[in-house]
Amino acid sequence: MQDDVILYVSGLKKYFNTTEGVVRAVDGISFNVKYGETLALVGESGSGKTTTGHVIMGFYPPDDGKIIYKNKYELSVPMKKRPLELKRDIQIVFQDPGTSLNPKRLVKDIISLPLLIHKIVDKKKIYERVAELLEYVGLSEEFMFKYPHELGGGEKQLVAIARALAPQPSFIILDESTSALDVSSQAKVLNTLVKIQKELRLTYLLITHDLGVVRNISQRVMIMYLGKIYEEAPTEKFFKSPMHPYTQMLLSSIPTLSEEDEKIKPKGIESIGEIPSAVKPPSGCRFHTRCPFAKPICSQQDPPDIVLDSNHIVRCWLYE
Amino acid sequence: MKETSTNEVRFLELEKKVKRENWRRMWFRFRKSKLSIVGLSIILILLLMAIFAEYIAPYPSHAGLYIAFKNAYKPPSLEHFLGTDMYGRDVFSRVIFGFRYAFMMIGLVLLLVVPTGVVLGLIAGYYRGTFIETLIVRLSDIFISLPPLVLALSIASILEPNIFNAMMAVSLMWWPWYVKLTYSMTVSLRNEPFILAAESQGASTLHILFRELLPIQLGTILTKVTLDAGWVILIGAAISFVGLGAQPPTPDLGTMVSEYSKYLPEYWWMSLGPAAGIVLIILAFNLLGDGIRDVFAGE
Ligand SMILES: Nc1ncnc2c1ncn2[C@@H]1O[C@H](COP(=O)(O)OP(=O)(O)O)[C@@H](O)[C@H]1O
Ligand code: SF4
Ligand SMILES: [Mg+2]
Repeated sequence: MQDDVILYVSGLKKYFNTTEGVVRAVDGISFNVKYGETLALVGESGSGKTTTGHVIMGFYPPDDGKIIYKNKYELSVPMKKRPLELKRDIQIVFQDPGTSLNPKRLVKDIISLPLLIHKIVDKKKIYERVAELLEYVGLSEEFMFKYPHELGGGEKQLVAIARALAPQPSFIILDESTSALDVSSQAKVLNTLVKIQKELRLTYLLITHDLGVVRNISQRVMIMYLGKIYEEAPTEKFFKSPMHPYTQMLLSSIPTLSEEDEKIKPKGIESIGEIPSAVKPPSGCRFHTRCPFAKPICSQQDPPDIVLDSNHIVRCWLYE
Repeated sequence: MKETSTNEVRFLELEKKVKRENWRRMWFRFRKSKLSIVGLSIILILLLMAIFAEYIAPYPSHAGLYIAFKNAYKPPSLEHFLGTDMYGRDVFSRVIFGFRYAFMMIGLVLLLVVPTGVVLGLIAGYYRGTFIETLIVRLSDIFISLPPLVLALSIASILEPNIFNAMMAVSLMWWPWYVKLTYSMTVSLRNEPFILAAESQGASTLHILFRELLPIQLGTILTKVTLDAGWVILIGAAISFVGLGAQPPTPDLGTMVSEYSKYLPEYWWMSLGPAAGIVLIILAFNLLGDGIRDVFAGE
């Protein structure tokens, strides 16, 4: 494993047994996250992004695959059995501001919990540290003594970010952390996240379906569709020369801001159809039911990893 | 630097102020409903009467065994507000002592039942899908299906029938209701992101149960506790009425109704006192329960 890799994921699978059958939420994905980068995990709703994040957090164990953190921790171990330092080092910020904070706890109790657990500061300085953390994410110290229901959506997410920062982690999973917010709160939270990352050299796994967010803050992008990753590229390449038909479809569906953007936008590929069920995913390439370029082989065999250049990987029969 | 800094002191003061403010707001919500104030006032007055029964009752010696046949069967008068019974005892005095037994019953049952049920319910919900859950849920189902009177009867036949044993019987079938209540709430809260967040940061199971899950359920639990207080009295009275609870001459309200009802309708005032006492307590706790519900619903 390379030295610059903080998180190594290989052949990761997570299936859920439901009344409708086995949901193959994550079906064999492999990727690396590098120290200090923001890696975006993009895909439509239901593609398995949250499940990936939750497996890394240890909310449930994977059914198969390897997850290695910082070259020494095995993350297939459930949360309860992980060493305390891992619970300090990996944090998550959830999607829904309405459920990410306990409604009966004051903001200062919410943020001081990790400070106390991991003995980050002397007990006598807890309040000062909470105030510092709040200020750091752009909230005044008055927020300490408020209950979550007294806060707006953006403020709640900023508190959730302060809680994640409190134990001084190195890796944060951001699961659609801004997508439930209005545009102005969204901008504020994103700016805060970018500032924090620069100053604290954090690594982000940015889960989102918003390509605007991807373009603004990530260095690399992975496209996930029905439990599999189909393209992986540096952000610039991803937007300039998307290779996978699904990526092209996603990009052609976003509104562009400038003429220049309009020119580079992929043409001739319209978004068609709905994402199929993860219970009975299509055979072969899972995108073949919606792909305008599908060939006979596409529905029979899984496309292999095709490395276009060192860090642009695509899984599609077109490039074989 | 070891001593608390000035900043920290300032924050502590601020916290106190905010907490005071929150209590004030809760009191304000409670006060808005006049009926709950009435309920609370009645309970406080009855509680004071129960505590200071010796000083408040006009004839404290009439509480238990006391015979003065020349005073028997007297209808209500200024001397005896609620008349006298077949032994010449002052019914009003006995009812005041009856409140003492009533509060003792409520206190005993709720003290046994609420903590047990709530803790077991939290644990069962938290350990959803394990044998711990199965064990607690099955056990509650068994106890919940026992009819309280049959239970009281069997306890009374093994041990002696008295008020304490009757209340033990009531408690035995009552705790599972608190298990059910907290279990179902815990199951639905168990995988909320804020619980996962605390767990993933290393919070202990004790913290999750009592600092994260319990506070959210407190309003619902307290509302049930107040409403149940009335039920304890009613069931206690029923058990005493069939002779399995407190035995004469204990001045228990249910026992009194049972003894005195034999003299209906001619000497109606004997039963009126203790029966009205029972109704008053149940009514007061129900009014209070509504107020408590409002306090927590408003948040
Ligand atoms: N706990 C679960 N039980 C059953 N199915 C689940 C569970 N969590 C997720 N799924 C299913 O797994 C698939 C992927 O879900 P998710 O990871 O939430 O996708 P995304 O975050 O990309 O929207 C969906 O089909 C979803 O219904
Ligand atoms: S493998 Fe075939 S179906 Fe899949 S994206 Fe490529 S061309 Fe389309
Ligand atoms: Mg999701």
